[in-house]
Amino acid sequence: MKIVESSDTIAAISTAIGEGGIGIVRISGPKSFEIAKEIFKPRQKNIKEFESRKLYLGNIVDFNDEIVDEVLIAFFKSPHTYTREDMVEINCHGGLAAQKRILRLVLDSGARLAEPGEFTKRAFLNGRIDLSQAEAVIDIIRAKTDKALSLANRQLSGGLSNKINAIRHRLLDVLAHIAANIDFPEDDIPEASTDYIAKEVGDVKEAVGDLLKRISAGRVIREGLATLILGNTNVGKSSLLNALLDEERAIVTDIPGTTRDIIEEYIDINGIPIKIIDTAGIRETADEVERIGIQRAIKYLEEAELVLLLIDISRELTQDDINLIKLIKDKTTIVVINKVDLPAKIDEEDVKRMIPAERIVKISALKQEGIQDLKNAIYEVITAKIGGIGDEGLIGAGERQRQAIEAAYNFLDRALLAIKSFVPIEMVELDIRDAWQKLGEITGDTVTEDIISTIFEKFCIGK
Amino acid sequence: MEYNVGTYDVAVVGAGHAGCEAALATSRMGLKTVVFAINLESIALMACNPSIGGPGKGNLVREIDALGGQMARNVDKNLIQMRMLNTKKGPAVRALRAQLDKRAYSISMKYTLECQENLDIVQEEVVRILVEGERVAGVVTKTGGIYKAKAVIITTGVYLRGRVVIGDVSYSSGPSGLFPANELSKSLESLGFELGRFKTGTPPRIHRDSVDFSKMIVQPGDDVIIPFSYATDKIDREQIPCWLTYTNEVTHKIITDNLYRAPLYTGEIKGTGPRYCPSVEMKVVNFKDKTSHQIFIEPEGVNNKEMYVQGLSTSLPADVQIAMTRSIKGLENAKIMRFGYAIEYDYVVPTQLKPTLESKAIQGLYMAGQVNGTSGYEEAAAQGLIAGINAALKIKEKEPLILSRSDAYIGVLIDDLVTKGVNEPYRVLTSRAEYRLLLRHDNADLRLMDIGYKVGLISDKMYKKFLEKKTMIENEIERLRSTKITPTAQTNEMLSQLETATINTPSSLAELLKRPELDYEKIKILDDLRKPLPKEVIEQVEIAIAYEGYIKRQIAEVEQFKKMENRKIPADIDYDEVYGLSFEGREKLKKVKPISIGQASRISGVNPSDITVLMIYLETKRRKSKS
Repeated sequence: MKIVESSDTIAAISTAIGEGGIGIVRISGPKSFEIAKEIFKPRQKNIKEFESRKLYLGNIVDFNDEIVDEVLIAFFKSPHTYTREDMVEINCHGGLAAQKRILRLVLDSGARLAEPGEFTKRAFLNGRIDLSQAEAVIDIIRAKTDKALSLANRQLSGGLSNKINAIRHRLLDVLAHIAANIDFPEDDIPEASTDYIAKEVGDVKEAVGDLLKRISAGRVIREGLATLILGNTNVGKSSLLNALLDEERAIVTDIPGTTRDIIEEYIDINGIPIKIIDTAGIRETADEVERIGIQRAIKYLEEAELVLLLIDISRELTQDDINLIKLIKDKTTIVVINKVDLPAKIDEEDVKRMIPAERIVKISALKQEGIQDLKNAIYEVITAKIGGIGDEGLIGAGERQRQAIEAAYNFLDRALLAIKSFVPIEMVELDIRDAWQKLGEITGDTVTEDIISTIFEKFCIGK
Repeated sequence: MEYNVGTYDVAVVGAGHAGCEAALATSRMGLKTVVFAINLESIALMACNPSIGGPGKGNLVREIDALGGQMARNVDKNLIQMRMLNTKKGPAVRALRAQLDKRAYSISMKYTLECQENLDIVQEEVVRILVEGERVAGVVTKTGGIYKAKAVIITTGVYLRGRVVIGDVSYSSGPSGLFPANELSKSLESLGFELGRFKTGTPPRIHRDSVDFSKMIVQPGDDVIIPFSYATDKIDREQIPCWLTYTNEVTHKIITDNLYRAPLYTGEIKGTGPRYCPSVEMKVVNFKDKTSHQIFIEPEGVNNKEMYVQGLSTSLPADVQIAMTRSIKGLENAKIMRFGYAIEYDYVVPTQLKPTLESKAIQGLYMAGQVNGTSGYEEAAAQGLIAGINAALKIKEKEPLILSRSDAYIGVLIDDLVTKGVNEPYRVLTSRAEYRLLLRHDNADLRLMDIGYKVGLISDKMYKKFLEKKTMIENEIERLRSTKITPTAQTNEMLSQLETATINTPSSLAELLKRPELDYEKIKILDDLRKPLPKEVIEQVEIAIAYEGYIKRQIAEVEQFKKMENRKIPADIDYDEVYGLSFEGREKLKKVKPISIGQASRISGVNPSDITVLMIYLETKRRKSKS
């Protein structure tokens, strides 16, 4: 059993999911400040030291300095905090997706995902909570653990646990084989050659990679494919959105942020939710139309998994069009040529030469022509993105599970690299074992005894 | 009639591999000690195979040596062959394995005991343990002799209610035709100990002159003998080879045809046997696809014609043993001198012990070796040494010695025993040791000799030699790290000669040593300032540098592990008072009585929320006691 060490830094989204628009990502532990400072860029320049218990406005940026979300952040110096450790609270506005991205950034910067009830546990162990509340604390922690456990079990009930068990079984065979070779070198056991181990580990790594892909596909299905409608003024963005909405009678959810007016709308294409990030919702002032339009578009591009680039065929290509085209160079894009009901001033072939477009669709948003074609094109893009995974192939997993699987993937990668570098097998085995154990954390099963039992089942020991 | 014999500090019951280490440790630590054996000819008897060491086990022997035990030294004196195993794998799993002259081993251990100050040796069967209140007070022997003692160490091996089974014949017996100890079990039971029953077995021994070695494959020893003990400089001795042959389909048919007479399958044997040391009948039944199994013919000594038939452990009837032995290539005319047998015996459920190997219920009563449900000479000796050291430390009112899983294989062994218990005769396996990269056989002295010196079992002379070695290692690592090689045409020419990549920027010798294609010897041409060093120093330097990444990683894991080991649970904790424990968790904690949160977390049935609850409880207690 793995016990969690209390001297490291933990993080979690602390607003209950689905409750309230503003989410808080909480960090506690010795590295809290260090982590927060690395990803937070205050609006007010020249801040040298953040004061405790004061709110700062600024942006969370990722490792490429791209803005993730605008936030209010507060630093709390120990011991006057809930956990009596250094703590940071990041108030983010951008909905659940943004909270998750911020959390992942925090984790990637060196924090660990908090166990259920761990903030409360630390608060108590560090003397923040009164003795008389000890039993209440235990009840909270037990309840949270049980809830998390049943949640985890539910998440696990699908294909995930079967797949993980199959993968672990294969790793177990490799581990047992290596262990048998080490512990019984003179027994009549075939040698686990590095070729054999490399092949097994390589196959398993591929399977784990596939699992990760399915999980991210599952996420697309659950959370919707983030789709950005991009285009210059008056190319018909609003009309397109309306056309899509009208046709689908989709549920429209307005999530008015506090700092930016982004509208997320959901439409449903063949059962797959498409989350449209509608830059049409940005209030554009007459003077700065192009500039602001492009600047904001850059922000949303990062998040978008699909871009619908709208071009007005009735006008010649402008410099703004070309700027946009440059921007979306590396994105999955559908070029939507609008206003086909008007005389064309652009040669379709010119567009094709300029953009790596998977597809080009011609529509008339106003007349509602070609909308079904666009819908089909979007669906094809999704299926391509999900990598030909049918509905049954999609896997749902929680963040903790995804993290464990990703860690396992990295261990397997390291094992393969070690094999290539002629590292002795008992050291390669450490990485394989770590991968096996990481996956076992998901199914709740990591007993060394399993390896030993497998040795005796598979190999005739006793020279 | 009972009579008083005398008063001792320590009484050791049994003089096998555990008992000898225990008795030598306490007497060497200055305590008046008596050790009992049912038969003095059976001191340090190797009742089964004539070899010591191997993966994991060899590490134990080295650890025993670093702590000041006797096993390695006695092996060096009496070995007839030495082999380094796993040489094709990395340094962390290499292991020495010695073939021994059994009788010589036994006699020289007996002589060591006889020469030892403070130690009395008595041929007697101990039948009762004396207890006053909750403290042990001594032992009583079969003849009525009362030996008062402050500490008693039980090291009775397979003698407790031993029962030998050969086919349909079974009788009360110890190993190798020795008397069993039938009364002590009852005494232990009446003291409240829970006993279990295990089984082990041994193959036939055959006469050397009846073996046709020309039909077998020779198994010689290594060209150069690397000694087991850090005290032995070098061993120059002619080695005696072992021989390899195989069972065949005829052998297997003989076995399967006679399974109806096999005690393992008739229900005659009820004790659980070890999976890693199955009888030949089990191998044939469980692995039907295998048409042959390895059989090693191993000499039992120099002036001794008995040969041990490794791989043919059995409790089949004697006539079947003859037939199946003679079906094997080279053994067509084999004359069996001793038949193989199974032996069932009582063991004491080891979760009743503290990590010091002292009983939780009775102060001053220690258990070590096969009586704790282990198997193997090495496992026994390791426990005997630790029990002896702890008995002595307790009498001297000093802190006990508890080796952790990150210190030694001994730590892994004892922690497994007292935390998880056993469900088959337990042996060490490298896969049981989480930190095995650090617990290498080559660095046992670096890990443990400080402790051996501190408890008083390592001599000043030995310790000084060790410190010199340690300094040499540290200095050489430092030197290789700080010596830079500049990318001149000349150095790159040398690197090309070594078939390794050339350098563009200055590179330390240590960095070069990390390259898998290079080693210490090869980089000599780039290292003008090198002074000659002993090869065991070079070995440590090479391992420390070449595998630095992996070693550092394990050290980091150990630091995490130690944090939980250092969160101690007070011995007087009342688990019924702890709010919020799961039912199973509470029961298990009450039974095992872990000494730390770390140990608690390894008990099966104790779940993570139990650990949280426990930590909160301990914190509550701490704060209450402060206010």
